[in-house]
Amino acid sequence: MNTQTAVGRFGRFGGRYVPETLVPALMELEEAYAAARADPTFDAEVAQVLREFVGRPTTLTPARRLTEAWGGAHVWLKREDLAHTGAHKINNTVGQVLLARRMGKKRIIAETGAGQHGVATATACALFGLPCEVFMGALDVERQALNVFRMRALGAVVRPVESGSRTLKDAMNEAMRTWVSQVSDTHYVIGSAAGPHPYPTVVRDFQAIIGRELRTQAQAAFGKLPDAIVACVGGGSNAIGVLHPFIGDPSVRLIGVEAGGHGLDSGQHGASLTLGTEGVLHGSRSLVLQDADGQIQEAHSISAGLDYPGVGPELAHLAKTGRMEVRTATDDEALASFYEVARLEGILPALETSHAFARGRELARELGAGKYLVINCSGRGDKDVATISARGVPPAVGVKP
Amino acid sequence: MSGAIAKAFARAKARGEGALVAYGMAGDPDLPRSVDVFTAMVEGGADIVEVGVAFSDPIADGPVIQGAAERALKAGSTLKRVLDEVVPELHRRCPETPLVIMTYVNVIMAMGEERFAKLARERGVSGVILPDLPPEESGSLRATFDASGVDLIPLCAPTTPPARAEAIAKDARGFVYCVAVSGVTGMRAELPADLSQRLELVRKASPMPVVAGFGISTAEQAHTLSAHADGVVVGSALVRAAHAEGPQAARALCAEIKRGLKR
Repeated sequence: MNTQTAVGRFGRFGGRYVPETLVPALMELEEAYAAARADPTFDAEVAQVLREFVGRPTTLTPARRLTEAWGGAHVWLKREDLAHTGAHKINNTVGQVLLARRMGKKRIIAETGAGQHGVATATACALFGLPCEVFMGALDVERQALNVFRMRALGAVVRPVESGSRTLKDAMNEAMRTWVSQVSDTHYVIGSAAGPHPYPTVVRDFQAIIGRELRTQAQAAFGKLPDAIVACVGGGSNAIGVLHPFIGDPSVRLIGVEAGGHGLDSGQHGASLTLGTEGVLHGSRSLVLQDADGQIQEAHSISAGLDYPGVGPELAHLAKTGRMEVRTATDDEALASFYEVARLEGILPALETSHAFARGRELARELGAGKYLVINCSGRGDKDVATISARGVPPAVGVKP
Repeated sequence: MSGAIAKAFARAKARGEGALVAYGMAGDPDLPRSVDVFTAMVEGGADIVEVGVAFSDPIADGPVIQGAAERALKAGSTLKRVLDEVVPELHRRCPETPLVIMTYVNVIMAMGEERFAKLARERGVSGVILPDLPPEESGSLRATFDASGVDLIPLCAPTTPPARAEAIAKDARGFVYCVAVSGVTGMRAELPADLSQRLELVRKASPMPVVAGFGISTAEQAHTLSAHADGVVVGSALVRAAHAEGPQAARALCAEIKRGLKR
């Protein structure tokens, strides 16, 4: 279903609010992308890399012990954590780096929060032999040391960003500023379904493979479409990717879970869809966390990937029109879910994904027995083990401390 | 349309000079002292003053103006306070000098387009520059500004193709701001070789004066450019001078650039 209401617009949201220097590059990207999409060899090339290198399709796994523990709907997991590099991010970076190569671009820049998008971009650049520079908030560089190492090992240059809140939003500002200076030969691989047109569309299209696979797999696994799909929402690329192919299916409830941080009343959260107001950030009009004077506020989440004060414009549109339901999960709830999923299913979910799991329990009960709930397992938690273990590990099941 | 901007360019031209558009950050180091900086720029010869209003996420700005924005935000600068406390006082001290607000679109949106346009007009603002508002997105804002008599000043970039540059120029209000370099604001040792050609192209198409900005910090650069443009914008160099040495340094730098602008 097409949610695009005008070129680059999703209802009131979207657009292209960038310095004039970048406008011709965005137009060039829009044209090159349209041409690539019209060329069957491009789709075939992307599909081949996803199959041979990324390991797609990712599996749809029944979560039997969670289903039993939650006492409601059948719970299934779409396993993006099993994609190469450990998260859905690789779907988009493979697509965009192939597009950049097609456009004759000589180098790649990217921004990253948790580091998953940076690792995925560095990986695609290594695969296709393009130099890669990744901007990362200095705070995130500290808390995601493992991913910083992975990017460097893959040959990328990591640039810590010291301005502002030293997190994802500042990394994105710096990447845009750098892109303005090098726009003629550089492609900026945006990792979320955010930013100026055509990025929200490009990223969504490359991520929609998650939802398309899920449609086929759900039919095969339980003979119908899921009754509800839940995904975590930071900028929103895994969410729009898994949800978009179901927008036109009214029987499927679409649910996004945002970072509740220390609680919605605390002022320290990343809940742009829930508490954000209309504004312009990083080139697109969407819902953003800002004060009354239009200054962007710092977001907070235990998960670096959800620590972003904006959200993709298409998700803002889906939330405002009511097609997508929006809930939040706090840092503590996400942490509790991390251990629950680890111990009941043998999967360490990323802290981002743990937010989706945190709302899974009540959703499973709301839906009730005989219904099917799919949780998008957007990434694995290996990158988060330092953050999580620093808080102390709860005792093992059935063992007295 | 604002007559004040046209008059300022005409006055400079009559004196055989290119116009100096001087940028400062309102609220750096605080609101009252930034008025002193702006006043000093006018005393030094600035023909038009660009009043920067800080935004937390300034994607078109380099480190100097970014730093100034951070200081201004810490000092409590907001669009409302700049319109209430900086613009009226500056207008009182320098009644002849057109004032142009430069900020980002989100700051205007937060106040509300119509409320801003009305306040800006009442307080004596002649024009507005929004570096993240390309023509495709400017429709409603420009209609609102036109109705209030506030000029929405467009930008052209080095990457703008000729046909697009001509379209931007033909439809301009106030003046056309030609971005000299592909990049963010900040001083550059060298300006691109094809800059004069691009300026001439825009100048030919534009009914309004054309100025070059981004990267310009010396009298020599100003002198070279004034052969191809009606004026220059100087920002980061002034912000840095004022931050390091206060208003008198901004005054001295404006005077020096003005000497370069003599034809």
